[in-house]
Amino acid sequence: MERRSFLKIGAAAGGALLVPVFGNAIAAEELLNPMAVQFKKSLADAAMNAATKAGATYCDVRIGRYLNQFIVTRDLNVENIVNTESSGIGVRVIANGAYGFCATNVMTLDAVADAARQAVAIAKANSKLQTEPVVLAPVKGVGEVAWATPFKKDWRTVPIAEKAEMLLAANKAGMEAGANFMRSMLFQVNQQKYFASTDGSYIDQDIHRLWSPFTATAVDKASGKFRTRDGLSSPSSMGYEFFDCKPQNRVQAAGGVTTLYKGAYDLIEDARAAGRQAKEKLTAKTVEPGKYDLVLSPEHLFLTIHESVGHATELDRVLGYEANYAGTSFATLDKWKSKNFKYGSDLVNIVADKTTPASLGLVGYDDEGVASKRWDLIRNGILVNYQATRDQAAMIGEKESHGCSYADSWSSVQFQRMPNVSLEAGKKKLTPDEMVKDIKKGIYILGRGSYSIDQQRYNFQFGGQLYFEIKNGKIVNQLEDVAYQSNTQEFWNACSALCDERDWRLGGSFFDGKGQPSQVSAVSHGSPTTRFNGINVINTARKIG
Amino acid sequence: MKFLTQEETKRISDKVMSLTKADQCEVTINGSRKGNIRYARNAVSTAGLIEDTQLAVSVAFGKKQGTATINEFDDKSLEKAVRRAEDLARLAPENPEFMPTPTKQEYKATETFFKKTADIDPEFRAQVAAYSIENSKKNKLVAAGFFTDGTSFTSIANSNGVFGYQQDTGLDFTLTVRTEDGRGSGWVKRSVGDASKFDARAASDIAIEKAMRSVDAKALEPGRYTVILEPAATSDVLAYMFNAFDARSADEGRSFLAKKGGGNRMGEKLFDEQVNVWADPWDKDVAVLPFDAQSMLARERQDIIKNGRIASLQYSPYWAKKMGQRAVGTPGNIIMAGTNKSTEELIANTKKGILVTRTWYIRMVDPQSVLLTGLTRDGTFYIENGKIKHPIKNFRFNESPVTMLNNIDEIGRPEILSGDESQFQLLIPAMKVRDFNFTSLSDAV
Repeated sequence: MERRSFLKIGAAAGGALLVPVFGNAIAAEELLNPMAVQFKKSLADAAMNAATKAGATYCDVRIGRYLNQFIVTRDLNVENIVNTESSGIGVRVIANGAYGFCATNVMTLDAVADAARQAVAIAKANSKLQTEPVVLAPVKGVGEVAWATPFKKDWRTVPIAEKAEMLLAANKAGMEAGANFMRSMLFQVNQQKYFASTDGSYIDQDIHRLWSPFTATAVDKASGKFRTRDGLSSPSSMGYEFFDCKPQNRVQAAGGVTTLYKGAYDLIEDARAAGRQAKEKLTAKTVEPGKYDLVLSPEHLFLTIHESVGHATELDRVLGYEANYAGTSFATLDKWKSKNFKYGSDLVNIVADKTTPASLGLVGYDDEGVASKRWDLIRNGILVNYQATRDQAAMIGEKESHGCSYADSWSSVQFQRMPNVSLEAGKKKLTPDEMVKDIKKGIYILGRGSYSIDQQRYNFQFGGQLYFEIKNGKIVNQLEDVAYQSNTQEFWNACSALCDERDWRLGGSFFDGKGQPSQVSAVSHGSPTTRFNGINVINTARKIG
Repeated sequence: MKFLTQEETKRISDKVMSLTKADQCEVTINGSRKGNIRYARNAVSTAGLIEDTQLAVSVAFGKKQGTATINEFDDKSLEKAVRRAEDLARLAPENPEFMPTPTKQEYKATETFFKKTADIDPEFRAQVAAYSIENSKKNKLVAAGFFTDGTSFTSIANSNGVFGYQQDTGLDFTLTVRTEDGRGSGWVKRSVGDASKFDARAASDIAIEKAMRSVDAKALEPGRYTVILEPAATSDVLAYMFNAFDARSADEGRSFLAKKGGGNRMGEKLFDEQVNVWADPWDKDVAVLPFDAQSMLARERQDIIKNGRIASLQYSPYWAKKMGQRAVGTPGNIIMAGTNKSTEELIANTKKGILVTRTWYIRMVDPQSVLLTGLTRDGTFYIENGKIKHPIKNFRFNESPVTMLNNIDEIGRPEILSGDESQFQLLIPAMKVRDFNFTSLSDAV
């Protein structure tokens, strides 16, 4: 595996947080001036003309400017503030039926034309080892268009002091409520992406994302025990208005065990709850292993969807292109062709959707110029489709691409990446409290915890942040040391109830890794609170030395 | 951008430091040239070369620090980077834990540069891919692999006169070979600094053999088994544990090395006495830079576990000062003592057991006990009466490396490798461990 370039954004040795980044640090005020569209068009045209002249039958050009800001705090101190920027141009061509790619950070007409010619030379060299020529599904050129993430307040204009104060206030609230230690961060991302292709598209996009994760740690020195509780927020593609949390954005979890958030987030309030709950975890009852009916909140279930459905239905994995790293998939083409493979129970409807508002996968067009759309992956429990790019669409009988192409940098080659993959809400009215009422022996799980799944996406084990025991229709107490182990097909076939649309919320992953050299992408997964019957729960407490 | 020499980075660093009147200044310059080739379904999918050079300048006014980086090296750009770092430092709140940049350090050069690795060209990479693809095709198998090689330099300098520069080379090779029907899968990994220690053909043959031998795996009941873990099966498991050797976390009561009632477990016997682990930047097999580029402190040879006892913890400069300890450069490698016994010998000495080629998707379940979960992958076999009897289905495990290193029966020959998800260069042996906890079966091949 390629060891990625990491930026050490925490100060402590050993405990430092490592974040994969691309680019160079810059001052905040310079983030606001985008490159002129006409300049980008002239660079793109220079590259496409040079590529075509050199023998390319297709060429696409991506001009990217990637801006990030990270703020890292520990307890009542700001540990680091980092601004990064990376700009450059990536040229992909098809010549003699093979791909070639070349990238440069020199933004002159000569340099990009040269990169395009090099890409063609690489394609011609690769074509000698090619077994099947690349065939792209058609896409109609859209001319000159622009798209931007809808937001109200630009994170780039919010003073650093104001952001740092919010994080420190959250840490203070957590420590006052019972945590001994707090660590919180604010990740802010802006991708200014320009795409042009010989199909006649010139697409200018401005994409924004935010995430504010934290960890509260409680320690009982006398017993030597420590426990953590991470934040329950979901990363979002909203602007800084994400932190303007109103009463309608607050959701009470089943039994009122904690407050959850939809459409905005109160970092300080969640940190306060986390401080209290981390301390409560020190004395919570340890779980009795066995079979339980699980009630999984969207803040937890998103990662199970990501791992067991999102990755399993990536067509490149199914075909074997990722065999040496992430792995292949149990959801093979014969299962899809049979049109009767029961991935889940009849209640399970899972869609891929790159148009979901506030989601991390929300864009106007993918990195092949294909407009964002929504399509079914699992309908009434049956596997009905995969996630495909232009060169894969024909392999599953599709006439056009699903728009799943993405590169994490101008210098990376675009390839198939997961769109938002979400579980549809139940059609019957049902609240989480009503769901709990029907359960004799169960566990209610909230938040993202430990996660692991095999290379074909059969066997998985997941933990969470908060666990509550359900007995005879009531939440009776907090639990600890919980993890559930299951098999993807068994698990989704054990899905027995879904809450309705009112309870549907997004969770998401900011740093999903795939490919060699490894690339990261951000993706969301929506779901309602959902019930799974008779799932195997293990106790994870161990004694050492 | 051409590869910068020691004289060139010294000149650039001095120039940058002369541009600021801040209380202190640190300059780090990194450059690399990395080539790669990727293949799947017995055909090359991508090949490329990535070159990059970056300069980071960090300045401080009192306890306020700011950092900026840039990848242009003309005078105007250098000046711009310094002004940006100064701007950020002025905006940053005072950090009560700020530590001044170190004074005089002695960096004794290590052998991290190998010309044979630096000379790797596209032809060499194509040949690596060709070996595995051709031999796989011959055996009706499907190869997917990735080979990457690189040459880098790291230059560090500060306003107290500290300066260090060194070049290093490395290559990583991973290959997965599967049967056409997907019932068998084998894997191999090689990770070395010196290309003369890399044999693409021999490595490919291991993955090919494992793929053929792993067909028709039988299911064993999950439970506790004696296992022979090849080095690649423990590399990430051990790296997780060594990431938790931070003194501050232990002293604060939030690590497995925290002592009940307060303090840390330095000096306590936590592992079997056969366990000896150290870091050594000058090791001939896994040499690393003689300095930690982050703290600019010199690395030292450090015992980490001595005869099963905790022999050292890592101190950040701030925590070292607070606790009256000495901070040294964070280790870049982990070396575990082994024997001359081959894995075949370990198998021959085993009545009943399981051979594990590789572990995968390892995650922390409980940091209190370093309980990790993950799965076996690409070659898991049942051993009976000293022989490999048949392939078995993969297992999920829930096990702590602390428990694992207490249950060692026998230790084999160390191998050079790096973890999938760790930053350490590793030299670790195969190990025979009793009562390893497999908690469920996986159908994955």
